[in-house]
Amino acid sequence: MSIKVKDLVHVYGEKSPYETPALDKVSFEIADGEFIGLIGHTGSGKSTLVQHLNGLLKPKSGQVFIGDAEISAKGAKLTDIRRKIGLLFQYPEYQLFEETVYKDIAFGPANLGLSKDDTDDRVRESMSTVGLDFDTFAQRSPFELSGGQKRKAVIAGVIAMRPEVLILDEPTAGLDPKSQRDMLDMLLNIKESRRVTVILISHNMDDVVRIADRIIVLEKGRVALDGPPAEVFAHEEFLTSIGLGLPLAAEFMRELRIRGVDIEGGALTADEAEESLSRYLKAKENVR
Amino acid sequence: MIRDITIGQYYPGETWVHRLDPRLKITVTLIFIVALFFVRDFLGYVIAIAALGGVIAISRVPLGFILRGLKAIFIIIVFTFALNMFLTAGTPLIKIGFFTVTREGLYGAVFMALRLVLLIIGSSLLTLTTKPIKLTDGIESLLGPLRVIGVPAHELAMMMTIALRFIPTLLEETDKIMKAQMARGADFESGSILRRAKNLIPILVPLFISAFRIAQDLAMAMEARCYRGGEGRTKLHVLKFESRDAAATLLTALFVLLILFERVYSDEIRAFLAL
Repeated sequence: MSIKVKDLVHVYGEKSPYETPALDKVSFEIADGEFIGLIGHTGSGKSTLVQHLNGLLKPKSGQVFIGDAEISAKGAKLTDIRRKIGLLFQYPEYQLFEETVYKDIAFGPANLGLSKDDTDDRVRESMSTVGLDFDTFAQRSPFELSGGQKRKAVIAGVIAMRPEVLILDEPTAGLDPKSQRDMLDMLLNIKESRRVTVILISHNMDDVVRIADRIIVLEKGRVALDGPPAEVFAHEEFLTSIGLGLPLAAEFMRELRIRGVDIEGGALTADEAEESLSRYLKAKENVR
Repeated sequence: MIRDITIGQYYPGETWVHRLDPRLKITVTLIFIVALFFVRDFLGYVIAIAALGGVIAISRVPLGFILRGLKAIFIIIVFTFALNMFLTAGTPLIKIGFFTVTREGLYGAVFMALRLVLLIIGSSLLTLTTKPIKLTDGIESLLGPLRVIGVPAHELAMMMTIALRFIPTLLEETDKIMKAQMARGADFESGSILRRAKNLIPILVPLFISAFRIAQDLAMAMEARCYRGGEGRTKLHVLKFESRDAAATLLTALFVLLILFERVYSDEIRAFLAL
């Protein structure tokens, strides 16, 4: 599903002493099936922005379109929209509440009014997508799972709704390295299937570079940069100045250049860095 | 929706009202509440409203912000108003079916509603202008003398501090859980009462779990800092009675005298005003 945001403005605690502006004329368009990385410093408005995309927050002004429907309009049918947009909050484990993992994942499909068989299909399918073994976990209490398993169960609960847009707010935060890798593999799988539009909020630039087609940078409630990873990470100085990092490989190349090595920029992954390094070394050899 | 509750919310400021000794502010609020029950007619309310209005003006808390706190008890006010209006015997004014609105009933209804509103505004003004920490400091100090008969003043105050401190945290938590479940297609706004009550389970279970988790973390943090109750504890901010507190005491005394005077001589005052 395509998403269009136009001049979105949001203010928290309006007309109270705690008034804080959160979003300031944010505009962008996301095409069907795109994989977006949304990055920005803490408090830049990322979480506020994504809550507008399924109508959990109402904008002060501006418009949000999901497909053809304007969900920022008064009286918009939000329940239908929320079914099409899967939103996963930060540290989402708190939303588990059922006696068993199965029942918790079935909560969403049950709200859709699906039959028992359909629900069962969806639970099995989404558990296999996130990599939780059905026989081992379906009948266990979600509260006795490990942190990484809980996270998977929660994501399965969102995927079971078969959303057309999937929004993930820092899905790898607070997980151990193995669970983080599992999570990324799962996201890559989802990306390859190309059935859903994904918006991934992350502080890990390496993750973003690895899977996003396009990156949107938020800074102080405004869209600061918007484009393919190579283009966005070309603004090294700007990104560091607003407290964001670079992918490790890009950081490494930048350090080399600062130390007087005259090497081309643009490498974002370890492989690309290796290529430009060997090109650089060969060129040097030839000069000699 | 749940953010509209102003009771227990602090409106930051540095005014004369904000800086008063919390012990005095608590006492004055109690006196104000008792005084409201001494009021016999509307002239007494004029005095009370004038006093309250003065304090609000000095405290610079916007009236809209205070009135928002009334929303939460709006139903209670309407209910009291209706009961008083319909169920008081006296000279009938209007008849609607079974119900008769009497002159006395209407008078009593307005009277009671006004008293309720003033009660709420008066007490919410205390929490609006006093930081929760200062408030419980004041309560602890006021309960101090009762320690001799075994009242655990410090523990009570500490419990209150913690309860007040976690109201906003739990509200935020509720908001977060509601949003997460709504994103999974939960619907809290439609259906029968039974259905809606059942729909609350996905909120209540996670909320309880997080409340217990927060309590456990807090207890651990307090223990790690060797907290062990009130015995021999000193204060970072020792409460002091200052000149502005003396002024406030005088004003309060004046207010009480006015209310009492009005109550005792209400007939004479009315006769005088009629002239």
